[in-house]
Amino acid sequence: MGQMDSYEKDFEEHMLQDTGAYYSRKASNWILEDSCPEYMIKAEECLKKERDRVSHYLHSSSEPKLVEKVQHELLVVYATELLEKEQSGCRALLREDKVEDLSRMYRLYHKIPKGLEPVANVFKQHITAEGTVLVQQAEDAATNQGGSSGAVQEQVLIRKIIELHDKYMEYVTNCFINHTLFHKALKEAFEIFCNKAVGGSSSSELLATFCDNILKKGGNEKLSDEAIEETLEKVVKLLAYISDKDLFAEFYRKKLARRLLFDRSANDDHERSILTKLKQQCGGQFTSKMEGMVTDLTLARENQTSFEEYLSNNQNAHPGIDLSVTVLTTGFWPSYKSSDLNLPSEMVKCVEVFKGFYETKTKHRKLTWIYSLGQCNINGKFEQKNIELIVSTYQAATLLLFNTSDRLSYSEIMTQLNLTHDDLVRLLHSLSCAKYKILLKEPNTKTISQSDHFEFNSKFTDRMRRIKIPLPPVDERKKIVEDVDKDRRYAIDAALVRIMKSRKVLGHQQLVSECVEQLSRMFKPDIKAIKKRMEDLITRDYLERDKENPNMFRYLA
Amino acid sequence: MPRASSKRKSSAPQNPPAVKSSNARSGTSTHLFYSGKAKAKEIENFFDKYANGGIIDPDGIVTLCKDLELEYTDVRILMLAWKLKAVKLGYFTQDEWETGLKTLQVNNLSKLKKAISELEKEVRTPPNFADFYSFAFRYHLTEEKQKNIDIETICELLNLVLGPQFRRQVDLLIDYLKVQSNYKVINLDQWLGIFRFCNEISFPDLENYDETQAWPLILDNFVDWLRENHR
Repeated sequence: MGQMDSYEKDFEEHMLQDTGAYYSRKASNWILEDSCPEYMIKAEECLKKERDRVSHYLHSSSEPKLVEKVQHELLVVYATELLEKEQSGCRALLREDKVEDLSRMYRLYHKIPKGLEPVANVFKQHITAEGTVLVQQAEDAATNQGGSSGAVQEQVLIRKIIELHDKYMEYVTNCFINHTLFHKALKEAFEIFCNKAVGGSSSSELLATFCDNILKKGGNEKLSDEAIEETLEKVVKLLAYISDKDLFAEFYRKKLARRLLFDRSANDDHERSILTKLKQQCGGQFTSKMEGMVTDLTLARENQTSFEEYLSNNQNAHPGIDLSVTVLTTGFWPSYKSSDLNLPSEMVKCVEVFKGFYETKTKHRKLTWIYSLGQCNINGKFEQKNIELIVSTYQAATLLLFNTSDRLSYSEIMTQLNLTHDDLVRLLHSLSCAKYKILLKEPNTKTISQSDHFEFNSKFTDRMRRIKIPLPPVDERKKIVEDVDKDRRYAIDAALVRIMKSRKVLGHQQLVSECVEQLSRMFKPDIKAIKKRMEDLITRDYLERDKENPNMFRYLA
Repeated sequence: MPRASSKRKSSAPQNPPAVKSSNARSGTSTHLFYSGKAKAKEIENFFDKYANGGIIDPDGIVTLCKDLELEYTDVRILMLAWKLKAVKLGYFTQDEWETGLKTLQVNNLSKLKKAISELEKEVRTPPNFADFYSFAFRYHLTEEKQKNIDIETICELLNLVLGPQFRRQVDLLIDYLKVQSNYKVINLDQWLGIFRFCNEISFPDLENYDETQAWPLILDNFVDWLRENHR
């Protein structure tokens, strides 16, 4: 030590003390007079000058001590006042996008232990506030305008959230030099408002609908291929902030099914691309079913070609109608109720023929027909002119009834078709009360009632030779949410059993937190739901409560 | 206690010489040294009075209750069942009867009456009460493999078994059980949880209730309901 003793005791100590006192006085004035940016510029200047002084005439060992002293007096002592300055503090700088000042703030507080925490905090609060405003705007629009324009607002919201994310991610990389604290602040902020429901739709659903709009034909996203890729990339990034990822997957899958089955997918490459991105982000299990669905379609096309070959080789087997069948692998696709629709005889033959063909290919599979997803081109012989109608199988079956009867009552139709009331009402409405009235309804009211009677509307005409008669889909949201809840119960059970099997004995709080941790990749389990599953496992003798300590559980082999 | 009694011949092979118990009442302890066979016969006769087809069935129990001057819904009958280690609700087998009465040192009605009033004290002492409380639930599982009891029966049982000791808690809990719709049945774990709750949680302020702990969910819900409705 010897040599530095004098330097340190007789000189440095006093110099540091005086320096401290000097800056303390200065700071107390500046903090009152200057704005935050001005103060920070001065602070930066002071630090630079002190460093220069050291390099000019002081021992280098003094530098860290001097810097620390100056930092303390200028930045630590007044940290709160500085950051919270009403007009010019951290919040204001963020509001006014003062990127340079924020960068300076980062530089200054970066060296100070825990100095960045308050800044990151304000950053997080600011983003949360902005995000929440966007969500609120969309919610207000949905409540006030409702209906389809509300839905548009919801899509606009996703766009705006993506923009917000882009903007503040830039801040994180540029102003805050990718510091983990700021990545964390951004993440937590987005997790807060990205999980708010809007207009009755969960954020999971909104995001899935957004994807659907980009990927479907005629979706309101008329963008270039690169722009689409970029958007898909960003959407998948947003998914990281959504806690109910499993719900997103289910909505996505349902919409993907409709796109694939009704040939509404705009671009196969984009479909595959987003699945790749989702897989990278969420793992293979997340996308395995969806990938299966896309592959099924390719296989189905090959299958159809074989079928057509088979028909040309077996002329007498031909059903007399052009038939195309899409065979789906059950496990990949959302569950669909098979219906007990009474097929018109023409279609019965089709089904038989296809069955015959399919049995030549494989004997180990069972075919379940989902007529609710079928489509039919049917020729309507109206008085004025023939018009080709593109309808669903259910609609076709209804219309064909009128080949043999002039007039049918609701209940007669119901008996002959063997459909539920819900299905039938939707069906008849689409044919008699919507844009194209193929059937005449008596009485001519706007809704279907069980006492109505129907007749073929021979006077119907349209300037087009071919029209599509839409059948509005059933709202599946409730079912999707129910299905996901059910899957979650199984997932929680499995996680609990897995954890207890390996730990054998575990305290309640730990069990719950490990369970939450394990499941967090797909969803945020409700603590009460976990407790309920634990109760169930106790009843089923998988677990028992420890006799001595009621907060402990044991695994029962 | 007369020394001489220890020299009396005892033909009941399983009688332990633990007759020198501190609460030996004069006269009762000497019963153990009656001829084991005679006593057993009396107990058997006592059994036969109420038995029907080799077992005391619900009707028999009703008669027994009349003789004991107790309502058949009286908790003391449940306590008797506990003491007898009865297995099937509403029935006492010969074995249960004989073993139980022997333990109670009872072989006729008047002794049984007395024993029952003593029994109540015995049951209410802590380690016994916990056991009795658990028994009360299990005793009411009537079907094979049954694990749960319906809410209505639970409410009656709570009132009967816990009511005297924890009147406020039980009354409110019964109110809650009747209005909630999440649970239609209660299992043993929840049943035991209720007992722990009454014992450990300060009432009515519920200050020390921590729902992050392993309390059964139904109690979490009960506490929420109390806080909402009974502040």
